[in-house]
Amino acid sequence: MSAIALKVNGRTHTVDVDPATPLLYVLGDELQLRGPKFGCGLGQCGACTVLLNGRATRSCITPVSAVGKSEIVTLEGLGTPEKPHPLQQAFIDEQAAQCGFCLSGVMLTAKAFLDRNPQATTQDVEQALEHVLCRCFVHARMMRAIERYAQGRRA
Amino acid sequence: MSPALSRRKFLKTSGALIVSFSASSLLEPLAVAQGAFGTHMSHIDPGKLDSWLAVGADGMVTAYTGKCDFGQGIFTVQTQLVAEELRVALNRVRIIQCDTSVTPDEGTTSGSQSTPVNFNTSGLADAAATARNALLQMASRRLRVPLDQLTVADGVISAGTGKRVSYAELIGGKRFNLTLNSNTRRRPPREWTVLGKPVPSMDMPALAAGRFEFVHNIQVPGMLHGRVVRPPALGSSVINVDESSVRSLPGMVKVVVRKNFVGVVAEKQWQAEQAARQLKVNWSAPVNLPAQSTFYDYMRRQPSRDVLVVDSNDVEQKLASAATVLRATYLHPYQMHGSIGASCAVADVRGDKATLWSPTQSVYPTRSGVAALLGVPLDNVGVIFTRGSGCYGLNAADTVSYDAALLSHAVGRPVRVQLTRKDEMAWGENYGQPCVIEQRAALDAKGAIIAWDCESWAAAYGGRPGYDHPGNVITGLLVGFEPEAFVPGKSSQPTGELRNGHNLVPSYVAGCISGKCGGAGNVRSERVLAHTVKSPFFTGPLRSPLRLQNTFAHECFMDELAARAKADPVAFRLQHLSETRMIDVVKAAAQAAKWEPRPFPNSRSAAGVATGRGIACVAYEGDNGYVALIAEAEVDRSSGRIQVKRFFAAADCGPISNPAGLRNQLEGGALQGMSRALGEEVTWDERQITSTSWATYHSLPLGIAVPAIETVLINRTDGKAMGAGELSITVVAAAIGNAVFDATGARLREVPFTPARVKAALQANGAA
Repeated sequence: MSAIALKVNGRTHTVDVDPATPLLYVLGDELQLRGPKFGCGLGQCGACTVLLNGRATRSCITPVSAVGKSEIVTLEGLGTPEKPHPLQQAFIDEQAAQCGFCLSGVMLTAKAFLDRNPQATTQDVEQALEHVLCRCFVHARMMRAIERYAQGRRA
Repeated sequence: MSPALSRRKFLKTSGALIVSFSASSLLEPLAVAQGAFGTHMSHIDPGKLDSWLAVGADGMVTAYTGKCDFGQGIFTVQTQLVAEELRVALNRVRIIQCDTSVTPDEGTTSGSQSTPVNFNTSGLADAAATARNALLQMASRRLRVPLDQLTVADGVISAGTGKRVSYAELIGGKRFNLTLNSNTRRRPPREWTVLGKPVPSMDMPALAAGRFEFVHNIQVPGMLHGRVVRPPALGSSVINVDESSVRSLPGMVKVVVRKNFVGVVAEKQWQAEQAARQLKVNWSAPVNLPAQSTFYDYMRRQPSRDVLVVDSNDVEQKLASAATVLRATYLHPYQMHGSIGASCAVADVRGDKATLWSPTQSVYPTRSGVAALLGVPLDNVGVIFTRGSGCYGLNAADTVSYDAALLSHAVGRPVRVQLTRKDEMAWGENYGQPCVIEQRAALDAKGAIIAWDCESWAAAYGGRPGYDHPGNVITGLLVGFEPEAFVPGKSSQPTGELRNGHNLVPSYVAGCISGKCGGAGNVRSERVLAHTVKSPFFTGPLRSPLRLQNTFAHECFMDELAARAKADPVAFRLQHLSETRMIDVVKAAAQAAKWEPRPFPNSRSAAGVATGRGIACVAYEGDNGYVALIAEAEVDRSSGRIQVKRFFAAADCGPISNPAGLRNQLEGGALQGMSRALGEEVTWDERQITSTSWATYHSLPLGIAVPAIETVLINRTDGKAMGAGELSITVVAAAIGNAVFDATGARLREVPFTPARVKAALQANGAA
């Protein structure tokens, strides 16, 4: 065990864990964050996605020791149910979820990509999301929500 | 009760609530896929209004339901139902779902039954209507105004004279002490102001903001973390467990072994994961599995339990004398629920008392299973439904609940168990059933169908645990409970009503038994024989269980018949349907798609990428929703890749409770059906399941060019409320297969339609 300082959603936390612990477990078990989820533990589905210095990162295969001073943002870090981030608002407007378990992967992968590529085309966004799964298959609404958000950013 | 009573009739007459035996015994062997709907284990009397509904002193209405939300939207729409019947604002209704300490036993939330049971003349709808009626009568007495002069708005009852009284004043904080009255007038759909409206999902803001509490997020004071160590395959048993292999690991609490169940408990999740990986267990060698390459032939050779669903006793004669006879065999593999989140549950077992936070679809049956596993009294176990990821049927939710109970029981502290992806996919979940379906039909000289024969084989093992069979899922089996026995046996001649609950019967036959015809079509020479054989893997209900597989075969074969008759596939369907609601959905889908009548095949090009359209439809479970879907697909002849461009779906599920939620279900079902049709298949080698992650079990990811989906909703305000969650998915594979035929002339008769299979079909077609 060692004490590790993490900057999560703008606040610094110190946790006492095995440095090899996946970041996901630290966020969920130690910091009680609900955004990132355990989907596969293999980096295949995206449900555990967080932003590390703005990059979409799969926290289930990222040891907490590898995070260093990077700034971590989870789905909670974007906005709240009362004051949602525009991307969250777009998902609410399009009713782009069923069970909602995959949303960290879908939303944060899209956000990280659009932050870096604000002029991206629909095809570019599709490509960016081609390693993200949603098993309720809300794909059509999710792509519409992302498109709505992208348009709002450009406007 | 007649043994031939259909499941739906059974639910209608009993309200699904007060039967003293399991419904499955009535329906065996067909019940294997769906499980029992009998509900009899609650201390909460479903006949009492107070079991369903309470009005607080603040005027808030709390309603208790046994139908819970996994993402299908039933939470929001049940809130609408209660608000509508009681005439209060949506935000005055609070729904408590699936908690054995407070909600009535409504069995399992599954089988497209939530709407039929809770939105017609039983269950929650009945309770809310009874409550409104009682409140009006109380107000009439209190205000001394006749009932017919009272109006209600947002929980306040008013007389024209200016007199008024609120629900809170009438009953707030007190019990109704009334029995449910199923004759109470429901608010008719034409008067609805809350139901029938596109109310957005109430979960959505919390989901989008990452605040929603899933079972994965449950934390109980003093909670430990568990992992299970599964055998390499079913049939392997523990020879010995070397506890010393993990004893020195940090945070290690206990290695738990009970017969063939092995698990570890540690202080932290990561420690439990390490321990599960490092624990040395000697397992006996698993038995050899039947080869996957010849599995469909293997199925046909196994001893079977047979059901003759319908038989007009003249099919062979018609086939022998017909102008044309067509035959084809369709194959459907094992498929997974493949929930996005590997299953998780939390149990707190202290002494002989247990509390579970479980993502199960069946809180009461799970309570029974846990009580049996732990050997504690039923009344000492409480199961609280807490949402897991979308399940689409019997994923590993029940088995992980058992895992958590066993581990917590062993350490006397709360334990959270998280399955790994492999735990879930390899042996953890109960797969959707594989099927071999043989079709034969006769056409007369004019091209009309005069006889239809369907013989099918499906493999089954285990299933929903229900109240009595914890061995129907892996954890129960590992600790020594046997799965429901598989007994081969021959069927007798069908009597009573047509039972088409698994869509074993094609929509186009008349379904005549004992002089009564319950089918949706007009082909009167008919025989449907279904065999169930023992599966080497656990199976269970997967969204549209058996209905999807059988409909794939029926609707592809219908297309083959249309092509042979040189008829347009839409017109050919209409020609053979008698059920007007089926006719209407077919017409509505065709109209939305601007369908151009065509004799098949309608190949647009000989080389390169070909485009085609196909239709499929179904009367779901015979009479629990109607859907027609048209797929427009491109086929790349060189790669064998299918790209679906558009779907047009028309659905009729009675009066629509929430059109927004319905569209979300139809769209998701269409795309999930597409993923299952194009890529999903459980695979195995001689010893083990080999599709154990998303690298080997192929789910269509988000990045694909998603087809446009147009939905047409037919709102039958005068009809009964029906299920909707399994409509579109049931017809997708056939619609895509038929579109491929339209594009290329090649027939796809085996799911999934992988590029290799498409290329093989194209080659076979070219050679023919």
